[in-house]
Amino acid sequence: MTGESFVFHIDGVAVTAKPGQTIMEAADAAGIYIPRLCDVEGLRHQGGCRVCTVKADGRSVSACTQPAAPDLKVENDTPARNRVRRDLVEMLFHEGNHLCPICEKSGNCELQAMAYRLEMTVATRFPYLEPCRELDASHPDIALDTNRCISCGRCIRASQDVDGKGVFGYVGRGIHRRVAVNGADLAHTDAAVTDHAMSAAVCPVGCIIRKDEGFRVPIGSRHFDHGLIGHEIEEKRE
Amino acid sequence: MIETAGVGAAQDLEIAEICARFGNDRHRMLDILLDVQEARRWISPASMDAIAAAVGLTRIAVEGVASFYSFLSLAPKGRVTIRLCDDIVDRFAGLDAVVAAFAEELGIAPGETSADGAFSLEYTPCIGMCDQVPAAMINEVVAVRLTKARAREIAQRLKAGIAPGEAVLPGFAELGVQERVRAQVENNIRQAGEVLLGPVMQDRGLQAAMAMEPGAIIDAVEASGLRGCGGAGFTTGRKWRFAAGTQADRRIVICNADEGEPGTFKDRVMLTERADLVFEGMTIAARAVGALEGIVYLRGEYRYLLDHLHAVLEERRARGVLGQGFDIRIQLGAGAYVCGEEGALISSCEGLPGEPKTRPPFPVTRGYLGFPTVVNNVETFAHVARLLDQGPGWFHAMGTERSHGTKLFSVSGDCERPGVYELPYGQKVRDLLALAGAEHAAAVQVGGPSGTMIGRDSFDRCLSFDDLATGGAIIVFSSQRNILEIVDYYMSFFVHESCGYCTPCRVGNVFLKKAIEKFRKGQASDEDITYLKELSGTIIETSRCGLGMTSPNPVLSSLENFPLVYAALTRPSKDGVKATFDIQSAIDGARGIAKRRSYIFDKDFSK
Amino acid sequence: MTDPRKARVATVSLAGCFGCHMAILDMDERLIGLMEKVEFDRSPLTDIKTFTRRCDIGIIEGGCCNEENVHTLIEFRKNCDVLIALGQCAIMGGLPAMRNAIMHAAEPLRECLEEAYISGPYLRNMTRLIPNDPVLPLVLDRVYPCSEVVDIDYQIPGCAPSGDIIYSTLATLLDGRFTGFDREDIRFD
Repeated sequence: MTGESFVFHIDGVAVTAKPGQTIMEAADAAGIYIPRLCDVEGLRHQGGCRVCTVKADGRSVSACTQPAAPDLKVENDTPARNRVRRDLVEMLFHEGNHLCPICEKSGNCELQAMAYRLEMTVATRFPYLEPCRELDASHPDIALDTNRCISCGRCIRASQDVDGKGVFGYVGRGIHRRVAVNGADLAHTDAAVTDHAMSAAVCPVGCIIRKDEGFRVPIGSRHFDHGLIGHEIEEKRE
Repeated sequence: MIETAGVGAAQDLEIAEICARFGNDRHRMLDILLDVQEARRWISPASMDAIAAAVGLTRIAVEGVASFYSFLSLAPKGRVTIRLCDDIVDRFAGLDAVVAAFAEELGIAPGETSADGAFSLEYTPCIGMCDQVPAAMINEVVAVRLTKARAREIAQRLKAGIAPGEAVLPGFAELGVQERVRAQVENNIRQAGEVLLGPVMQDRGLQAAMAMEPGAIIDAVEASGLRGCGGAGFTTGRKWRFAAGTQADRRIVICNADEGEPGTFKDRVMLTERADLVFEGMTIAARAVGALEGIVYLRGEYRYLLDHLHAVLEERRARGVLGQGFDIRIQLGAGAYVCGEEGALISSCEGLPGEPKTRPPFPVTRGYLGFPTVVNNVETFAHVARLLDQGPGWFHAMGTERSHGTKLFSVSGDCERPGVYELPYGQKVRDLLALAGAEHAAAVQVGGPSGTMIGRDSFDRCLSFDDLATGGAIIVFSSQRNILEIVDYYMSFFVHESCGYCTPCRVGNVFLKKAIEKFRKGQASDEDITYLKELSGTIIETSRCGLGMTSPNPVLSSLENFPLVYAALTRPSKDGVKATFDIQSAIDGARGIAKRRSYIFDKDFSK
Repeated sequence: MTDPRKARVATVSLAGCFGCHMAILDMDERLIGLMEKVEFDRSPLTDIKTFTRRCDIGIIEGGCCNEENVHTLIEFRKNCDVLIALGQCAIMGGLPAMRNAIMHAAEPLRECLEEAYISGPYLRNMTRLIPNDPVLPLVLDRVYPCSEVVDIDYQIPGCAPSGDIIYSTLATLLDGRFTGFDREDIRFD
């Protein structure tokens, strides 16, 4: 789209946006971080995790899909918004089996990092759903533990749109909806460890595991040990 | 054995023929899968491979669709599948006894398929027969007002190899298409109003519209004040104006006949008695917005209406009022409530899982296959045809200031005269209850589970967009009913029907249901009331579509209108120990394995 | 605090590995300053096995995997004004809670014990029996986080929590000025 850029406000800060940009895209460019899990740079927006929910002129919308508009007043980093986001992150923790102490993604995990950022530390009121899905270690280089999947669909979009393969897809409905592979198991798909979908940046949690990498970088020296999730974006702000 | 899309699968002629019948078009995936399901009684991995090869998709994409819809099965189903309507109204009307009769006769429990592959027995949410419960679908045949004896009789006939139609209604085979519909299901029209269910002149609205410019049609619809009858109440004229005003090569008119809200069945009656009027309205809409394609999205539960609707369409084509430029096809659904949401409905028409679409863009600008699409309810289209005939002023004069015309109400539950009532907007709940013989109602669910549960002190509230907005479901409960059982059922319904796309609806509704179970078990404390409200708030605020934005309503509206029900079941936690924690059930398994009592928690009476 | 008396602290390890107790020692020399404000009552650190009197703070390591854990946790709740869940096991079950993922089996507990003592591939259990001495407490159907059994006032995350976060939490709690953790310090590993 073409046209004049315009200004809108996030938490009182003036942000410039180009027509067609989403609230999140404009915020990223302006160095304002809006928490998100299913959205990642380079892939289509999905609007599924809802962690990026903001109030735009009083209406709740997902910042990753909602176009910015002139004079829009967006509420982002407020206690009320962050409480709701914390609920969502906690829901994802309880939907799967997220035992950080035994997970090799710990420290590089966006779900965990989001819990840090949103201060998920009080006693939970949510029940644990404790799924019991089979591990798929059939592939020589990649393992899948979908008990840790948060249904963000990043691997689906990466495989489809970037790799042109379609290794992953959603199956089922409702609480039974989950990511599955295009074949009997991962070894019977055309998945390769060099696929973008299998890169560490795509799976935000410890569901897609690249074998033989596990603890090469020790706990305590990992990505989110060096700063809150989103700090790279926030540092862009002058 | 690993099945791949190799030679064997690709040579599956039957599947290839089914796919070819739909032009190997991936957008007709739902039709293809329904036909494969009917032919094979399941969608096997090999079938999915063959379909994927024919339409040029990955197998996982086919599986994504096949695994989404309740009426498609990834495991072999019986030649006859009995789907028992599991709605709360059916349960209160003696569903258990009916299930027991079927189970006993067929030798299978719900959820099972008999070893010989003859029968499957399963539960399904509301099939739109709440005024004649308990009801069931036997393949596509509907059986209503079931009793234990009748269930037994039907099961015995089925076992004797009699076809479902004959088993339910002896003489079925000799009936004509329309007769079959009326023989299976009662209309129960209790009150015919001026607009829809009273006398109607055929095609008069369409004749008027043909003499008007498209813009003038939209003006007339807007002037009438007509609002969508599915529940949300968007102004119909404005919707059409958006679609007409968007530059595009194609435009599409879709009739939403996915009447899935438990307790709603008015569209069933409209499609039985006024199908012509509905198609007339669609044809008018097509002229107004410039569409050449129309789709009726018919819920899978209404499969029994399909032949009848095709006959009406055929007859319209023969009369020259359809098929001359604009034509209509019927897209059958396959058991998914969420497809009543317009984005999900469009996804389903496109051969995708019934997941709502990201908004914006809205369907009126980018809908079906990316083209401007008008989606309206069955009742709305019928209103259009009538108001074009009688004039927008006539329509506008009925109802209230912001809700014009009449509305169809589906009344069911604990009342003497369940059925369909056509009334002008603005009636008091009390008046409708009096008409239906439900003066002794203790609770009324207005608008189905996604609506509002009200008590006696609210019966003077009005049925209109200004007060109690509703798609028309009015479910009556007497004082004998357990409010929390109803709420629990409605939450299980939403858990079953959530598409799972977004976190709050997928996960949050499961948590809400579990919280209600705690109350029912007497394991809730006062803080759990706060928890219910806060969790509901998060689900409503962050859900992606109307399903999640309304799914906590059974909890919230019962909390608001029946607080004592909840208060009576909460208890304070003692010594800071959680009321939910039950040590006895926690150690019960270990007691059995160790074959002894607990030396800490079980009393010793031997001393 | 105006009260001149030292705050009384009790600690216990339920279904934990004692790592969180070791982490208490990671406060290092700050422990000396802390001990001026605190005395330990019931705790493995003092080897006092029952409460001698009511305590201000109870610190729980580990979740509940057997009936004795539940009993102890309830004792702590009754005898402590403030109850702190220390570390991931106390907060969400932790490693022992891995067994919860088989809870959907027909007889999950039996399956779990049989795999652990009889059918597991790496076992050398000559008795071929599941241990069943009367002194062994009954195992619970699943592993419960502490907050599912009793009210928990504060949770200090980590596996194990760092000496820093334990110290800062205790120090600020004792001064009555605890307002939550610094986001940069929160860790679940």
